[in-house]
This record gives sequence, structure tokens and C-alpha cells, in this order.
Amino acid sequence: MAIDEAILDDLALGATVLGTGGGGDPYVGRLMAREAIRRKGAVPLVGVEQLPAEGLVLPVAMMGAPTVLVEKLPSGEELARVVRALERHLGRPAVALMSAEAGGVNSTIPVAAAAELGLPLLDADGMGRAFPEIPMCSMHLAGVAATPMALADEKGNLEVLETIDNFWTERLSRSATVAMGGSSIIALYPMEVRQVRGAVIEGTIGRAVGIGRVLREARSGGAGVLEALLKVTGGRRLFTGKVVDVLRRTDGGFVRGTASLDGIGPDEGSVLRLEFQNENLVAVRDGLPLASVPDLLTVLDAETHTPITTEGLAYGQRVELLGIPAEAIWRTPAGLALVGPRAFGYEFDYIPLERGEAGERGLQAGD
Amino acid sequence: MGYRLGIDVGGTNTDAAVLDEDHRVLAKAKTPVSRDVVSGIRTVVAEVLRKSGVDPASVAHAMLGTTQVTNAIIERRGLARVAILRLGAPATRAVGPLAAWPSDLREKVEGPSAILPGGVEYDGRPISTFDPEAVRRFVREALDQGVRAFAVTGVFSPVRNDDELRAAEIIDQEAGGEAVASLSYEIGSVGLLERENATVLNAAVSGVARRVTEAFRAALEGLGVHAELFLSQNDGTLMSLDYALRYPILTIACGPTNSIRGAAFLSRRRDAVVVDVGGTSTDVGVLVSGFPRESAVAVEIGGVRTNFRMPDLISIGLGGGSLVRVEAGELRVGPESVGSAILQEAQVFGGPTLTMTDVAVARGMAALGDPKRVSAEAGLLEAAFRKAVAMVEEAVDRIKTSAAAVPVVAVGGGSLLLPDRLEGVSEIDRPEHYEVANAIGAAIAQVSGTVDRIFSLEQRSREAVLDEAREDAFAEAVRAGADPRSVEVIEVEEVPLAYLPGNAVRVKVKAAGRLRGVEVA
Repeated sequence: MAIDEAILDDLALGATVLGTGGGGDPYVGRLMAREAIRRKGAVPLVGVEQLPAEGLVLPVAMMGAPTVLVEKLPSGEELARVVRALERHLGRPAVALMSAEAGGVNSTIPVAAAAELGLPLLDADGMGRAFPEIPMCSMHLAGVAATPMALADEKGNLEVLETIDNFWTERLSRSATVAMGGSSIIALYPMEVRQVRGAVIEGTIGRAVGIGRVLREARSGGAGVLEALLKVTGGRRLFTGKVVDVLRRTDGGFVRGTASLDGIGPDEGSVLRLEFQNENLVAVRDGLPLASVPDLLTVLDAETHTPITTEGLAYGQRVELLGIPAEAIWRTPAGLALVGPRAFGYEFDYIPLERGEAGERGLQAGD
Repeated sequence: MGYRLGIDVGGTNTDAAVLDEDHRVLAKAKTPVSRDVVSGIRTVVAEVLRKSGVDPASVAHAMLGTTQVTNAIIERRGLARVAILRLGAPATRAVGPLAAWPSDLREKVEGPSAILPGGVEYDGRPISTFDPEAVRRFVREALDQGVRAFAVTGVFSPVRNDDELRAAEIIDQEAGGEAVASLSYEIGSVGLLERENATVLNAAVSGVARRVTEAFRAALEGLGVHAELFLSQNDGTLMSLDYALRYPILTIACGPTNSIRGAAFLSRRRDAVVVDVGGTSTDVGVLVSGFPRESAVAVEIGGVRTNFRMPDLISIGLGGGSLVRVEAGELRVGPESVGSAILQEAQVFGGPTLTMTDVAVARGMAALGDPKRVSAEAGLLEAAFRKAVAMVEEAVDRIKTSAAAVPVVAVGGGSLLLPDRLEGVSEIDRPEHYEVANAIGAAIAQVSGTVDRIFSLEQRSREAVLDEAREDAFAEAVRAGADPRSVEVIEVEEVPLAYLPGNAVRVKVKAAGRLRGVEVA
């Protein structure tokens, strides 16, 4: 498959489902990629087996505030500059680029970079969704160092970081990004192709494209959208309800909040609390945890099936809460230590979303 | 002395109302919209002045709400070619101007464009140094190509507008008053491409705006009205004709806004849901502190994504002319409508088509035409009525912000379709003059000022930031023509920015007040 303009649109749409309410609007990245594809042609989407074992793979991403990105767009040159900087640093050329994060804006930014540089894009990412911090990815779990890492701004500033661990990388690159004006373009987690297998989550870009295609076909009047969406994501409908309250507060530079939903239709009589911190994190049904991070919780408009971001949640919306099982690596003890509910400050253990439902059914049976 | 004349040009009718200085409604009139728009305005104004007995010379202020600018964009008529200047290079070069526009509109509007140095970061630090000579060269080239409309968009100009103002000054110097410059900071909020789109559209309709305002002035002068003239804008406040010439895009969607404001005035409520039922559609909006609540999501105009101020509305395909029929065993109400042909089509008027007006008349909710002509059986009429009520109830429920029952103000000619009780509604208010609420909304409008910027809370308190925003909004309102003694802050909104340490916050404050020189009880 090659990512042309049509597939790019599907990718951007599917990435909003994997963004679980956060991750930034893929709109700007999509426009950047579209312009690059128009000038340079479609981007081949390749599997690991199609790349030479000793070749260099570089994940490319946008870092910082999506609100800044939509106002201060990149110059477009940062993408090539961060890739060239790491190539110089490592003394070898990249054979493919990669998405660090298939959910949100970082699904489409690497497409723009790959088109610009005439490189293929590896059909993989490091999260299978969106997470807020650099170490929250499969490469970190596999022991890959995020550095050497390159950051660039649109003015021409470029920094190459070498750090002692990935948490230092997060801290130092975050402050550099703020100094650069709140957003930057980064290349990090350089890997040889032989390291890639097991360190990345394969097939996630193709997966986002597939999800986007289902939603697009739904928009042009297809029936059974939710069923098709559940099939392509392997997910399940967790709740159907109406948003009756949304509370937001800032906390250490993050927007935390809670949305309350009253059940309608099959969930009449139940209430659901959805907690978010940029992304949707935890769903509590009638006082019992129903599902949580790292499983994906995406709110869809019940009528149009368009994903609704945490910023866009508002009273009165009729919504469906879609639960998608997290990638297997996130369900391991090491994965849960990094991105489970406790890592985000919740005082309970992870419940796989299929078990949350079973527990609830058991409770109802005992009534 | 000091009468007010409000006029609203809608989809079907041109409405007018004359109010005295204590805001009492002296007369109202309605006439179908004419093809040229202006002769309809002349007709309705002549009629409303005659009914009121007011001397045309004693009308002090005349306010016009019109859909003409919106229609020019949707129909791609009379648009000017625009020179597009973006300030922020090297930032933003990755996506050029008009990147996502429909090609037919782009062909009509796109002139020379450039991305030049200037603009600021979210915290006000410069991105690059504004280059007056580069701007001057760009302006000269555009003028040489015959372009007279400019759109200037600086990165983070809602935070700092200096560079946009400097560019405008250069355009003025070079064009000697022959060109118009639209500045993005006055039009939209954070979101460069959306704000730039709105700014370019604004520049493109400058010619339309000039023709509308000149025709308006001439029509009123011809009737002996020498009032100070204003256009309604979509936040429910007024702008002078001079300002309207510079920012015509702000008239888009002023119709629903005027209805909401008119409903507020007629019902003497400051907080309510407003249901405006017309011939084809029903607009449901929210009145907050006497003004329409604004939409938070990107708004598309003629296929272009913009982010400027728009009332938050839910429109449903239900009105007095909505078709009622059974298809494949299922009862359907709307969205198709007989529209302005209701007098020929509806059964109560002897026509062949079952409409919601027939349902209302047959149920005894309205006295129009001949109820005996309605051919449908009672069960179908009841089912259609219940369906229409359910549609309105769901729209009201979607737009309100809490589960508590809210009061509803019903306006518009079609509001006689509504029952006396609705689910989730505490009471339904049907004020006198409800059928011309939009013209009254135009007549009683205030003037406002808005600030929408990102502030850093790093070295200052939240209170200091809010105070600065309030003062700036206040000054904007006074600059727009408000009496300083009457200006009050009507809206404060804080949105924390995600993924950014340092506690940056986006603050939006709106202040509004009465027009200077008008005594209002």
C-alpha cells in the first residue's frame, strides 16, 4: 500500500479514534502531508520484512501543545532537518521513517516527513494509540534509548540530546520545546531494522487507515457503522448515553476532567463517569470501574459516529463509548507500571475491558 | 426624537420594527424578500414608518441585519480577488494559504500571496523580525496586478497584533486609501488556518459589503431617514457602517442572533433557550446573560473551515411549511418544506400538500385558512404533532448546559406550532411581537468589545491576567461606540492549554454597552 491523498484522509480519521479524545487534531498534519504528497508523490507503507536488517529506522513526531501547532504551523523544513541531524550524528542514512504515536496528530506528521524525504513509512508505531510522554511507548519497554534525539523549531534552531535515560529525555526535551515556543518537531528512538521487531507495534498505521475507511463509508450513508467499527477495531460498545455534566481543571500543565453520562437505550438506568487527562483514561459504571487505560476509550457521536475529543465533550451530546483492547505489551506488568491506571494517579488496578464487563454481568445476575 | 428602526432581511421575509427611545415597539411590518433586496427594504420601511406615524427625520438609529454577505459566499457571487499576506516566516510555510478551499471558490478569490517574517510566539516573543520593505514590495506587486483587497494574518496575532497593524499601515501608504486591508486579529481567534480563511473571505466580500451599505443608506435617505446606520453582527451587537465595510464577514449568521436577542428583549429574560420557528427550519439557541452563546467548534462557510464568532445553534428541518407524509409505513415530518409557497400548497389554504401548518390548524392551535380542508385522519395528525414536539424537545435538550429544566422563549412566525408544555422545559414564553423578534433584536442591539488571547501565568497572578483582559475588552467596546457608563463584562472564559507546562491559559472576555448618545430606560 502507498499513502496517497485519499488514504491519508482515512488515516487522519482513524487516528482520531486511536487518539482516545486527545493526541491533537490530525488536521494540520494531514494538510502538511497532503501538500508534501502533491509535490513528491505517495508514501510507500512498508512492513519490517521489506527493509534491510542493518538499515536505520527513525520515528518522527510533533512535541508540545496542539493548540500551538494549530496556530504556529511548522515551516516544513524541520522534518527533514531532524532526520538529517540524526543521520549525521549516527553516520548513516535512514531507510524508513515511523510514527511514534498512531493516535492524533502524530499519525500524519511522519507521512509529511516521509513524502518530503522520499522515504517509505514503516507500518508501525510505539503506542497503538496516544500517550502524553516520551517514555510511554513500546521502544522504551524494549530497552531502546530515545536518544540521540533531535528537536527542531521552525526558526532553524536544532538541538541533539544525549541523556542517561528516557525520563531525562522527556524532561529536557519538554523544556526545550517550551523555549522553542511550545511546539517542536522531533526524531528519536533511532533503531536498526533488526531491533525493530519486538520493539514497535506493527500494523498500526494500516489499522488506523482501516478504521478511517469504515467511518468515511459510514458518512456516505453506510449502515451498521458501529458493528463495522467494532469488527475493525476488535473493540466493544461499553456504554450508550447522554453527557449530563463535564468538569475540567488544570493540573501541572495537563487538563484533567470528568464527564458524566446518563445511560440511554440499552444502558437506560445506568450512569457512567469518564475521567480524562488530555486523553480518556478511566470509565466507571454505576460506581464500579468498567475499563481503564491502557485500553482505548473513545467517545463517538451516537448519530454520526464521529470521534469527540475531550475538549469537545459537552452537555447534551448523545454518545457511544467505544472500548478497544490495548496492544498486548501494555497488558504486561511492565506495560501497566508505565501506563496503567496507577501511573496516572488512580488508586485501583487495571481491569481488562472484557473482564470489566464480565464482572458487571456477574453483579447483575446476583441482584 | 431618538427613534430606532430595526430591519432584518431573512431567507423568506424582510421584517422591520420601529421603537421609541424607551424601547417600546410602535409598529412592525413584514414583506417578502425582493430579488434586489433593497426594494423590499424600501417597501417595509415605508410601511412601518407610515404605521408608526413617526417622522422619518426623527429616526436617530437604523440597524440592518442581512444575509446578503453569506449568500455572496455560498453562491460565489461578486467576490473580490484577495492579496494574502501571512506574517510568521519561516513558521507556517508547511501549509500555504487556501490549502483546503473548494477549488471553485479558490479560483474566484485567490490573488498573490506571500509568507513573510513577523508574528509572535504564544507568549508574545517575536518569531522573526517584521520586514517593512518586503511587505511594501508585496503590496506594490499586488496593487500593480489590480488587486485592491488585502488579508493580513500574523501568527498569534490574537496575542500581539503589532505586525498586522504595521502591515495595514504600509498598505494604506501604498494604496492611498484605494485598498481595504482585513486584519485577522479582529476576525478570529487562535487557529491560524481557520482565522486566515475567515480573513480572506472577509476581504473577498468587501465589494459586496460596499454595495449593501450604499444601497441601505440610499434607500433610507430616499425615505427621508437620515439616521446613524449600523449593521448587526453575529455576536448580537452592532457595528457602524465604517466598521461593517472593514469586517463584513462578522454579519454572517446575524439573523438567528437577532432573533435570540429580540427574544431576550421581548421576554425580559437574560438566560433562556430560544426556539425560533420559521417556514422551513427551526433554530434553537441559548441566551446567556442576554447574549447568544457562541459555538466552540470550527464553522464551515461555503465549504471553508473558519473559527470566527458564531452563535451556537442547532437547526432542525421543522417549520410551518414542513411536509408531513407516510413513507414505507413510517411517518415523516420535514426536512422538505413548501417554504414561501405555503399559501398555494397547504391544505388549509386549498392546496394539495399536508404541512405542519395544517396539523396545527386542525388541532386548533392556530386560526388560519379553513380547518375543514385538512384531509388527513386525526391519528396521523396527532402522530405528526407528537413527532414535531419530540424533535424540538431533543434539540432543546441537546443545547442546554445542565439537566435542570430551562425556560424557553418561542419566537418566529412558525412558533404557533409549539405546544404549551415541552419535556425538560420549565415554562414556554411567547412574548408579544414574537413574529418580528429578529427586527426588534436588530433595533435594540448593543455594541461590544472582545479579547481572546493566550496569557502566561508564569510570573503573574490569574487575577492580574483577568483584569488586563477585562480592561482591554472594555476599551474595545468604548472604541466601537459604547457609552462607557453602560459597559459591562458579559462573558469570561478561561481555557487551560494542554501539554504545556508553565500554565498558559487562553482567556476570552467580552464587554458590551449601550450606544453612545441614546437614552435608554
